[in-house]
Order: sequence, then structure tokens, then C-alpha cells
Amino acid sequence: MSFMKDISLLVKNNFLSGIDVLSRRAAQITVEIQQGERTNYNKVLDLSSGDLHRGGIKPITFVRQVLAACFYPALLEDDSLPLDVKQRAKILLSECDGGSIGSYTDSSGIAKIKLCVSQYITRRDGGVPSSPDNIFIKSGSQTALMIMLKLLIRSKDSCQTGVLIPVPTYASFTLALEEQGAAIIPYHLCEEQGWTLHVEELRKALLTGRKTCNPVALYICNPGNPTGHIQSRKSIEEVIRFAAEERLFILADEVYQSCVYGDDTEFYSYKKVLSEMGSTISSTVELASFNSVSKGFMGECGLRGGYVELVNLDPAVREYAQRLFSTRSCPPVIGQIALDLMADPPKPGDPSFPTFSEEAQSIKNMICKNTGRIQEVFSELPGISCQPLKAGFFVFPCLHFPPKAIKWAKKRQMEPDMLYCLHLLEETGLHVRPGCEYGQRKDSHHIRLFVATQQDIMEDALQRLKTFHMRFMKEFS
Amino acid sequence: MSENGALPLRGKVLTVDTMNPNVKKVDYAVRGPIVQRAVQIEKELKEGVKKPFEEVIKANIGDAHAMGQRPITFFRQVMALCTYPQLLDDNKFPEDAKNRARRILQSCGGNSIGAYTSSQGIDCVRHDVANYIQRRDGGIPSDPDNIYLTTGASDGIVTILKLLTAGEGRTRTGVMISIPQYPLYSASLAELGAVQINYYLNEEKCWSLDISELQRSLQAAREHCNPRVLCIINPGNPTGQVQSRQCIEDVIRFAAKENLFLMADEVYQDNVYAEGCEFHSFKKVLFEMGPEYSSKLELASFHSTSKCYMGECGFRGGYLEVINMDPEVKAQLTKLVSVRLCPPVPGQALMDLVVNSPQPGEPSYQTFIKERTAVLSALAEKAKLTEEILNTVPGISCNPVQGAMYSFPRITLPERAINEAKAKGQAPDMFYCMKLLEETGICLVPGSGFGQREGTYHFRMTILPPTDKLKIMLNKLKEFHQKFTQQYS
Repeated sequence: MSFMKDISLLVKNNFLSGIDVLSRRAAQITVEIQQGERTNYNKVLDLSSGDLHRGGIKPITFVRQVLAACFYPALLEDDSLPLDVKQRAKILLSECDGGSIGSYTDSSGIAKIKLCVSQYITRRDGGVPSSPDNIFIKSGSQTALMIMLKLLIRSKDSCQTGVLIPVPTYASFTLALEEQGAAIIPYHLCEEQGWTLHVEELRKALLTGRKTCNPVALYICNPGNPTGHIQSRKSIEEVIRFAAEERLFILADEVYQSCVYGDDTEFYSYKKVLSEMGSTISSTVELASFNSVSKGFMGECGLRGGYVELVNLDPAVREYAQRLFSTRSCPPVIGQIALDLMADPPKPGDPSFPTFSEEAQSIKNMICKNTGRIQEVFSELPGISCQPLKAGFFVFPCLHFPPKAIKWAKKRQMEPDMLYCLHLLEETGLHVRPGCEYGQRKDSHHIRLFVATQQDIMEDALQRLKTFHMRFMKEFS
Repeated sequence: MSENGALPLRGKVLTVDTMNPNVKKVDYAVRGPIVQRAVQIEKELKEGVKKPFEEVIKANIGDAHAMGQRPITFFRQVMALCTYPQLLDDNKFPEDAKNRARRILQSCGGNSIGAYTSSQGIDCVRHDVANYIQRRDGGIPSDPDNIYLTTGASDGIVTILKLLTAGEGRTRTGVMISIPQYPLYSASLAELGAVQINYYLNEEKCWSLDISELQRSLQAAREHCNPRVLCIINPGNPTGQVQSRQCIEDVIRFAAKENLFLMADEVYQDNVYAEGCEFHSFKKVLFEMGPEYSSKLELASFHSTSKCYMGECGFRGGYLEVINMDPEVKAQLTKLVSVRLCPPVPGQALMDLVVNSPQPGEPSYQTFIKERTAVLSALAEKAKLTEEILNTVPGISCNPVQGAMYSFPRITLPERAINEAKAKGQAPDMFYCMKLLEETGICLVPGSGFGQREGTYHFRMTILPPTDKLKIMLNKLKEFHQKFTQQYS
């Protein structure tokens, strides 16, 4: 019927059909449950995506009050909203043309909000200056990342542009790279040492990559998704030095920067470390850092608010970057406002502070308790182990499948961890993602588990997993 | 490494020479240099610099709220309720608003607009959109599965263009776009490396579309690329023409005959003002032409929350509907949209309200209909006013503004002005618009940003400022034009 079969090759080469299978089955099962066709469990437990609210966590009150007042300014006349909420909403509305969040804004974001973000960055980095001119707000960090890729990747060249990416890496980023026509150069994180990044591995990957493509960028996810690791200061320095030596543009995805747990863990931004490394490096290494309102304790994934900060970008390129950022009119205004609230939350003394701080802290506590529980449960199970969670929203436990299980998967022509996840879903209603979607060392298998969920949900999930896993290991022993 | 261990200075990784060369061709006139100068002047005014005017009037961009248009109360109430559900207990909100909010929240993960949605968009919203389309098109069925919610219509348009751009050299995808056009198209085509194929709208005939012109442009394009797509903006931007039903049928026949994928940008579908003009959706006409066409022609239609009577540009809400798309291609489309996770949920929610607005009998209906009517009738009045006043200026000729939000008048420029502009390396209408900005504070977009026939000059001006301000602006423009003409004669 249609001549349209010959569509864009780049789009055609999209992959990861597994995504559809698992999610589709989960949706089908939900329908089956609603129609009363299932008795072994009464709902699907979805720990597949990094979505705080979907997992049952309530949004931050202050955030939602300000947003509501911005949507419907008549609320500013109301007594029900705290003073600091009203003040913030008024200030933000005055930054919008016509006093309405329905107006277009500057394509890189509202000036006042960019200023607020730059001040947040400066505070976070202990005084390292940040200019709003180097900040571009977009509808999610992913969008900003894709624009940077668009700048970097020369898809028409006979020699593909290469980007180094960690293994494991979250699936939609890999998709984005393929869509842009980039060559993916994988570098493995060291699972045994808590998913640390070893420069030797970067070096090895780069050497291999240079044989078949032109590597220009190094993508880092810190804190890591799905691994939950966080880089030490020393590790970051080593990576920056490597990028300087090998002439690579650093893309630092730091969206989990406020989800850090444990007394001995600290987040160091790539920008801060870079700034403290001597003028030759600090003034030359090109860096793009990404952050978003989707993670952290705000978890406002659906509002689509994110930004990129560019460091040491060639001034001539900046002009083009600006143009690319401005063809899509502007980022969603509500997402921009959420960014402002993330960058400048209630402070001690503000009327909303007590509630705000309690809500934020309880999410952190909850995640810590969850990971404690995970380790407890796993320690009693054969064939499953997990590196300690330092940051982020996920754990990436390793499954040690017996040979019989591997054979069974081979016969079904599916990755063992995918098959494991399908059966886990089918038999217990627990939906988690298989390691094969993220990349892993050959013959290793994992699942990714979302941990930022209410304690009773986590407990339910762990029980379902335990039951299934015991049965699974027994059957294939 | 040098002796003291310092690394040798190196050049940048990302330079103008090493970056993606397609980026160099990207230009977006609506927010280009004239707007940057306008922003600068605003700053200067704030700092107390004396100018021959007191404010900059930004009549360059189709932003209704920026020009003082009020949002629709009902929509904002529902959005507030969705955002802060505590308000559901507040008796200041009408019951119908609360019901809409509850329904939307139920379809969101964790009952929160902060959760990711499916990348194609919230299910119940897509169903509501399908129902709206069906009602609008006199009962012709619409499948929710063919509906994709998008981040504004722009996102949908670029996504489809991305899907359709393929081939190399002589087989590279060619995309037919009207001249004048909304520069999102030219910018996106440049970015994607697709071939832009221009077809000229007929200024003498009120910017209408001639099939013979489509034919000519297609024939010429076949020499150097593979034309596959035909883009139509109806009602038109910047021209404001509303295509007649006959014209739409002719275009459909043409696209079918020439095996072209039709992209129908219909974001101004409620903005129709002129007597005798009516919005006909491409889909409706297609299906009324019978299965010979409706079972074969591939069509994508686009809509948005930014225009019409809503003017909610900042929400980034929109949708696209695909008709007769090859299932394999559609599967690829679905994957393509999954890369950007999901469209902003407030935009999705707003789209739901637009397609499912208050009905007679509901508590909010009276206010809603009053507000909607006020906005649309004001626009109609301003469309007429603009055409009338501009046509009293010798050297300015303005076609009727049949729909959308802009006038695109033709201006006659004196030879000397044209030469001075060219000497400066500026397009003559840019030269004119810059002078206009400096002397009156009025910010317009030169026609060269949209495309126009060689040797003709235009500007695009929105009809959005409040009526009295619009009158003042038009009269200032009139004065300026006469002065300019005299100055350069």
C-alpha cells in the first residue's frame, strides 16, 4: 500500500523491542485483574521506572501550592496559602509576559529563573561562579542532552562520531544516541568495586573506538543510573584529566545529584572539580552538566523541567547552540517554575520550611530504609547480590543464574534476565527491568529495581521477588 | 606533557568546523536579530534612555497573553485543582471543574501530574481528542491509537519530518512548503538536512494555493531530490488565508496523484474571521471524497493549545493525528516519541480541557462561552481593522486577514532604501523593520524571514495587541511608512 516503508534509516535502526514486551504485558495483566481474571495477586507492582509519584510518594506541598497559584492567580487572594508561597508565585508571575504562564518565554528560559539556577550552582559548588548566560532551560534534561548531541554529532560523515557511554546505561539515552546517528563506544563500570569508573577502562574503550569511529564526547552519569554509584572526587579528577589528554567533550548527567545517602557519601559536581584543577585544564576542558526536576525529592517528571550548564564552550559555537535552543520556542513554563523552586527551596524561617524539610527528609529516610531491607532480604537469597546503594533511585542487583537457566533462556531465544523478568511479572505481578536493556558484561545478568517507594510497597515487592526467586533457583538447580 | 607536568594548551573539541554542519543552516526569524534588538531597547527604556516612544510593542510573535489576552477561567481552575488536589475541598471551585480534575488525576500515575505518562500521551486524553475530532468532522471516526500528544504542535511537526527524511543526494527527501511559510519548517528542514521545496502562494488572489504552482514546483524539484511530503498551513501563517473546500480537495487529489505525504498544520482552526470563510479539516474533506482517497492518502494533522482562543503557548500542549500510516512506520513513530519520555503533563491536561470544554447546562458553561466568544470576536474585529487601516497607506497593500493571527502586508520600498540596505548586507525589509523599531518601538518580523517572491517585500505583524493599542500602532506605522518613503525617495 505505502511507499513509506523506506523511512529514515536512523529511525529504523531503533531496537530494544524488549521494552514493549514487558510493559505491554504489565498493562494487559492490569486489565485482566480489573476484569477479575486473576487470583494470584490483585495488582501489578510497578518498580520499573524512576517515577516517585507513580510509586505513591506525594509531591512536595510548597511546590504544588506555588504552581497552583501560578495557574490560577485568583488563589493569591486566598487565605489558605502561606505567605512565602504567595510571594514566590507573585514574583514568578511578574517575570512572565502579561503576567501569565501561558505566554512564551525566552527560548533559553525565564531570565530570573536562569539567574536562580546559576546561584544554586554557585552555592552548591562552594562559590565557583556560574553565569545565567551559560544556562539553557529545556523540557527535561534529556531534551537538553539531545541538543548537545545534535551539535556534536556529524551524522553525514563517512566516519561516525563516537560517544563513550558507561555500561550499564539507561535505555532511552542509548536510543537517543542511535537516533542521532552516533557510534556508541561502551566502557564498563567495575561492578565488584561498587560500579566504580576506572580510567584504564576508559582508555581501553577509547582505543578500540578510535579504530572505527571519531570519538568526540564522553558521557558520564553521576550519580549513576541504574547502578546507584557515586564517583569519588579523585575519580572525577582522573576522568577530567583523561578527557583533557584525549580531547573529549564531557557530558555530565547529574540529575540524581540531590539523591545521596549515607554519611560518608558526598556529591561532587564535575564543574566544581574541574574548577579546582589548575588553569590549563579548568579553562579548556569543555563540559556540559545536566540537571532536572524529575529526580530528587521533587520527582516532578511530568512537568518536564531541566537545564544544561555549558562550561568552556567555544564562543563561536555558542551562537549556534543558541539558535538550536531557540527553534523549539520555549520550555514549558510550569517546568521552568518547578526548576526555580528546586534551585531556591524554602529556607529556615520561611513559613513553609518545616513542612518542606520534613517531606524531603522523609523521602530520604524511606530510601535508606528500603535499601537496608533490600540488603537484608538479598543476603538470605542464593544467586542474587547487590552493590551498596550510594545515590540515585535504583539498585542493579546481579543475578547468578545456574547453567540450566541459561540453557532454558537460550532455547527460548531470549536474554536470561528478560525471561526472568517476564516470569516474575507473570507469576507475582512485580514489574522490574532486565539488565540486558542497560548493557552488562557478557554472561552477567541483572535486574533494575526502583527503590524510592513507600516502605510497605518495597516490602511487598521484596516478598514477591523472594518467593519467585527461591522457586526459580530451585527449579533450575 | 611539559616539564612542570602541565598539559599542553589544546584547541576546543567542539568548534564551528568540527560541529554538525547542518546546525549552520538553522535560522529562526521570529526570534532573530530584530527581537534581540527589541529586548535591548526595552532594557534601555527601563534604564531611562530617552526614545521617541515609551514602550516597545512586540507585534512579532503570536503570543496572545503577552499582549494582554486573559486565560480562560475554567481551564486555569482545573489546572490548579490538578496541581494541588487539596483545592478539591475548596467550595470556591465549581463542580464541573472538580470533576474534570478528578478524571485527569485518575489517569495519571500516583494521581499526580508529576508522574511520567506513556510517551504517546495519557490514554483518556487521546480518547477525548479522538472524540473531539469525530464531533468536529461530522462523525468521521477517529482512532485514539492514531493520536499522539506532543509538546506543542512544533514537536509533532518536527517528529514527522524526522520520520520522513531519508535518502542521499538525488534521493534525499524533499518537503514542499508554502512561500511564505512559518520558519519552524525551514529551520527544521535545514537541521534535518531535508530538501526544502518552495511553492508560492498567490498574493494577488488573497494568498490562495494554485495547483499549477504546486505542479511546477514539484516537477522542478524532481530533478534534484525525492519529493515526498507536502506541508500546508491552514489557516495560514503568516498569510492568514483560509483555504476553500475546493482548494483542499484539489490539494488532496494532487497529493494522492503524486504520492505525497500530506502534513496539515491546523493550529489556527478556531481563528476564522472573514465572511464566507470556514475551516475545513483536511481529514474531513479527505473522508468525504470517498475511499478512493480516504483509504490511501497518508495524512498527519496538527493542533495545539497555543493559538485559537486559548493562547496558552507556555503550556506546550498539542497533538497530531496520523491517517493511513503504514503500521511499520507507525511503530517507528511510537519508538521515536519514546526517546523524549513524555510530553509535559500540564499541556496534555490542557489539551484534554480544550477538546472537552464546558457543555451547555454545566455550571461553568456561561462564563466559558462568554470568554471564548469575547476573544474570538475581538480578534475578528482586529483583523478587519488591520486590513482597513493598512490599506489606507500608499505603498502598503494588505490582503484580507481571513484567519490566524497575523497580517502580512506588502510594502513598496524606494530604490534608495533598497540600495542602502543591500550595501549594509541587510535584506531590504529587515532594514525597514529595524528603522521602524528604532523610531517607533514597534517590533515586526521582516517578510524575508518567511520567504516571498523575489523583488517583493513584506512584514508580518500580529493582530494581538488590545484594540486601542492596535489602532495606535497601525497609525504610527502609517506615519512611519510615509516618512520613510519620503526620506528615501
